[in-house]
Amino acid sequence: MSALRAEGVTVRFGDVLALADVTLEVEAGECVALVGESGAGKSTLLGCFNRLAVPESGRVRVLGEDVTQADPVQLRRRIGYVQQEGGLLPHWTVMRNAALVPWLLGQADATARATAALDLVGLPAPTYGARYPSALSGGQRQRVAIARAIAAHPGVLLMDEPFGALDAITRFDLQQAFAALRRRLGATVALVTHDLREAFLLADRVAVFRAGRIEQLDTPERLQREPATSYVRRLLETARA
Amino acid sequence: MTPVLGIVLVLAAQKPVVVASKPFAESYLLAEAFAQVLEDAGLPVERRPGLGATEIAFGALRAGAIDVYPEYTGTGLLAILHEEGIHDPRAAYRRVAAEFARRWDLRWLPPLGFENTYAVAVRPETAQRYALRTLSDLGRASPQLVAGLTPDFIGRPDGLPALERTYGFHPRAVRSLLQTVKYTALAEGAVDVIDGYSTDGLIARHHLVVLEDDRGLFPPYEAAALVSARLARDLPGAVLALERLSGRLDVETMRALNRRVEVDGEDVRVVARDALRRLGIVQSPATAEPLPRERSGFLPYLWSHRSETAHQLARHLLLVAISLAAALLVALPLGLALERWRAGAESIVRGVGVLQTIPSIALLAFMIPLLGIGVVPALVALFLYSLYPIVRNTYTGVRDAAPEAVAAARALGMTDGQLLRLVRLPLAAPVIMAGVRTAAVIDVGTATLAAFIGAGGLGDPIVAGLALSDARMILAGAVPAAALAILVDLALGLVERTVRPRR
Repeated sequence: MSALRAEGVTVRFGDVLALADVTLEVEAGECVALVGESGAGKSTLLGCFNRLAVPESGRVRVLGEDVTQADPVQLRRRIGYVQQEGGLLPHWTVMRNAALVPWLLGQADATARATAALDLVGLPAPTYGARYPSALSGGQRQRVAIARAIAAHPGVLLMDEPFGALDAITRFDLQQAFAALRRRLGATVALVTHDLREAFLLADRVAVFRAGRIEQLDTPERLQREPATSYVRRLLETARA
Repeated sequence: MTPVLGIVLVLAAQKPVVVASKPFAESYLLAEAFAQVLEDAGLPVERRPGLGATEIAFGALRAGAIDVYPEYTGTGLLAILHEEGIHDPRAAYRRVAAEFARRWDLRWLPPLGFENTYAVAVRPETAQRYALRTLSDLGRASPQLVAGLTPDFIGRPDGLPALERTYGFHPRAVRSLLQTVKYTALAEGAVDVIDGYSTDGLIARHHLVVLEDDRGLFPPYEAAALVSARLARDLPGAVLALERLSGRLDVETMRALNRRVEVDGEDVRVVARDALRRLGIVQSPATAEPLPRERSGFLPYLWSHRSETAHQLARHLLLVAISLAAALLVALPLGLALERWRAGAESIVRGVGVLQTIPSIALLAFMIPLLGIGVVPALVALFLYSLYPIVRNTYTGVRDAAPEAVAAARALGMTDGQLLRLVRLPLAAPVIMAGVRTAAVIDVGTATLAAFIGAGGLGDPIVAGLALSDARMILAGAVPAAALAILVDLALGLVERTVRPRR
């Protein structure tokens, strides 16, 4: 059973066709990167999985459940989510931020889960737990955002350009740390990124989006060896340059 | 039960006669004279001096909120009935008496005995330089002169428009001046011509030249008591008492009395009592204690009026607190609701903002038929004026509060209610509180206008001081009001510190 499954999904925002008949599956434990230009439909597909976007047609399943049958709030609490930046609640401490989803789920051990998640991202709670986001660096804030996303042990993780706003060195550090973390947790991940090199580093398979369609879906090796279209070839060339 | 006891019981249960005035010295003085003759006749009296202006005083009488106030036949004819002026004083009186009785069941008692018509006045130097004796002379010289006129005079058909038409009066500039500052403005040379009243005590004080109305433009303005239907019907004794004043006050007497109040700063109660005694209308009451003829400085004045000021301060604070609390109860949910319905939000917020532009006097006058006078319409007006800053800041604050954090919290499974309670409201709190503080400070200032509709508060001494040219009285209202504004802002600043989240 695939953990995430979109089947013939079409999304329209007014007159704009954001996704046109897209089909994508992410197997349990797999990481699929969604790459492409802005407006190509990557983030919209991510939104279909946690019902922030509503398809006009097609079916979307998360962990086998049809999302249209699920209560959106409950569904979202079962899915980890990391966005580009500014996602932490500025008036909550690091600990309270990290414990958000377990707390929403009413888990009694929310603090313990948050502490464990903060340890996993390299921000031990005794040192960082009582701080406010404004006292952290950009890289540390994204680590907290990842800790928050995994604290409740969600079945799947949606990441929307999670390292996009960071400087090159910090981004590299975080990519390495996340790659290790993912292997350790065996997490299922859908990762939206602009950065093809990031996709090759972190993902098992890469989906190239263009104008609401998937141009090619393949392993990094196959994609680099056999680009299916001239668009994918050009994308590879710009990434190498 | 004896008949005497029965009468006493009826009297004890009786509503007091509410005596009101408009906010200028002569009106205060006449109202006080009315009050004293009524008291002399053994009737309980409630004083509501200084009501806004004609619309508010007349509106209050029509609505039954007051029983009597001094009015002028010319005002009744032109400003209230919106008719042409009638030049024969007797005919003018007959006309207003008949029309007021027919339309509103109100009674004009026989005139008091003097006319107080418009008196266009200039400084003696101006009169000499341009050889001004009559209004026709003034019309010729007017392009060289700056006029300082009351808004009332500028607007009414027998005021500036009539002056333009009849005398070719086209001054270089027209400044709108309040009743109370125009004499000072004229004396200091800020303007060259003003509209005064023929009984103004200040005309004599500044040795002003009153120009002759050589073409008989201004209609007669005979003063009389205008009385409610209730008083005329239920308390013939009150009408009888008031009629003892009819025909007893001539223009010299009135000008001298006005001068004692406006120029010499004597207490209205003292001046009225002296006049009634001298005219033999009221026997010198042995019980009335002599009132001090003080001319002390501001601080001694404030100290001697401390309990009055404390009452006014308490009333003021009450007006502000209640209206602000009500505004908060409406504006906060409205601001939040608009954030959820952004399509219509801007136009609704702007609509609430339009309330802010309604002149307060107009708003107060408009509400009299619905709510009468006193605390209730004042609260409603203050409530309406407090809405905009709170709605605007709530809407904007919640809309713009950390949008990325809100998006992430929603994506992680917060409900709308949790988002509002845990994220948006706390993050918008400083902006919302800024709106509340703005509203509160505006409220403290605006509440001084409550005096115009008899709601009390610190506006009472301000309005009375302006009417009676008593700076100490004005300060006795203005200084506590300013202090109150600062204190309210400081107190809300402390509240803001407790609701502002740490971050």
